[in-house]
Amino acid sequence: MTEHYQTIIRDGLWKNNPALVQLLGLCPLLAVSNTVINGLGLGLATILTLVASNGLVSLFRHHIPDEARLPVFVMIIASIVTVIELSMNAWFHELYLILGIFIPLIVTNCAITGRAEAFAARNPVGPALVDGLMMGIGFTAILVLLGAMREIIGQGTLFSEAHLMFGESARYFKFIVIDDYRGFLMALLPPGAFIGLGLIVALKNVIDAKQVTKTVQTTVASPAIVENQ
Amino acid sequence: MNAIQKHILGIGLMLAVFAIGSSSLVVVTENATRDKIAENERQALLNAINILIPANEYTNDILADTIEIAPNKQLATTKPTTVYRARQNQQPVAAIFTTIAPNGYSGKITLLVAVYQTGKLAGVRVINHKETPGLGDKIDERKADWITQFSGLTLNNPAPSQWAVKKDGGQFEQFTGATITPRAVIQAIKNALHYFEQHQHDLFLAHGKTPS
Repeated sequence: MTEHYQTIIRDGLWKNNPALVQLLGLCPLLAVSNTVINGLGLGLATILTLVASNGLVSLFRHHIPDEARLPVFVMIIASIVTVIELSMNAWFHELYLILGIFIPLIVTNCAITGRAEAFAARNPVGPALVDGLMMGIGFTAILVLLGAMREIIGQGTLFSEAHLMFGESARYFKFIVIDDYRGFLMALLPPGAFIGLGLIVALKNVIDAKQVTKTVQTTVASPAIVENQ
Repeated sequence: MNAIQKHILGIGLMLAVFAIGSSSLVVVTENATRDKIAENERQALLNAINILIPANEYTNDILADTIEIAPNKQLATTKPTTVYRARQNQQPVAAIFTTIAPNGYSGKITLLVAVYQTGKLAGVRVINHKETPGLGDKIDERKADWITQFSGLTLNNPAPSQWAVKKDGGQFEQFTGATITPRAVIQAIKNALHYFEQHQHDLFLAHGKTPS
């Protein structure tokens, strides 16, 4: 069971990362990753929705008719997103003012339907919740990384406008990486998002390829040692 | 009814159950949050107004003392907009209204403008825009304090020829790499002041009158 959870965690964060491997949810990912804070905002809202939708889909998985599962998923996700938006607007208004603009974007995130279909509909509630959380964190990590890359290259800062999320005292979180930087507009515009994501995906593939060579080398090397003995 | 029809009917019924279930969830939440959301929005609007006109400068219930104005060419509005009137002891103090800069770099820029009875600008804030992040978006008070320099200005201070960005011979800074955005905003503010000058009397009339 614990091994099962470890696989879920590894899948969400790395092996099957929604942004790097499944390449799902690119519309919000590319649109909102121009600064670290924007990326973090969308990421948090996505985690919340993913966990809730995975949980509900898993809870009703025996009642959802197989032939009509997609419309059911869409109804569940759409109503969850609406409920989250309304509740945040009412009871966490400060947070809503920050994350509010991201919530409608989540409906366009097919990573959520993807997880409902690929995981939550076939697994018990516990693993489904963990899967939602881990996929959400994996997605958020890439959003923040891409946001950091684009923010540094685009405007030479990090954590600008942190006060929008963490309150007035966070205004000073802003970290000027490159002094007196003229800015590189392309990084902030959509092409920068595509190029940046491409580079991150390539980096992941390089790391994975290295690990494969390592394991191959060790498996090749060990019989040789046996022979020498 | 044969087996396939029964099967399809069963699926349809389940689909209906889920549709009813999820829409009831939304209905219940909407009901539970409606009043609180309206109150939050009212408070947010009041906060936005009080940044432009301090609460101690008026005595009326400013959110209730409104007038609707028809779409207007000078304000570049395409829908009816609301004017909030600040009064002290029934005497007009200032009007707060929406104006639009239609010629931003990426479309319309919506501004909230507050003008004192004397024709002096109490303040301006950008409420909605799609300008380029890092360049034109410095018109947003959250990004830079550029927009605050307009408080206290009138149509004659600076002189009409100075109501422009420095590049056009005026007195206002443009941004590095973005001249179109500040140019559009300055023009819109100037137009709003002209509008106020011409319609000042009508704007403070009783409810329901719509000057155009």
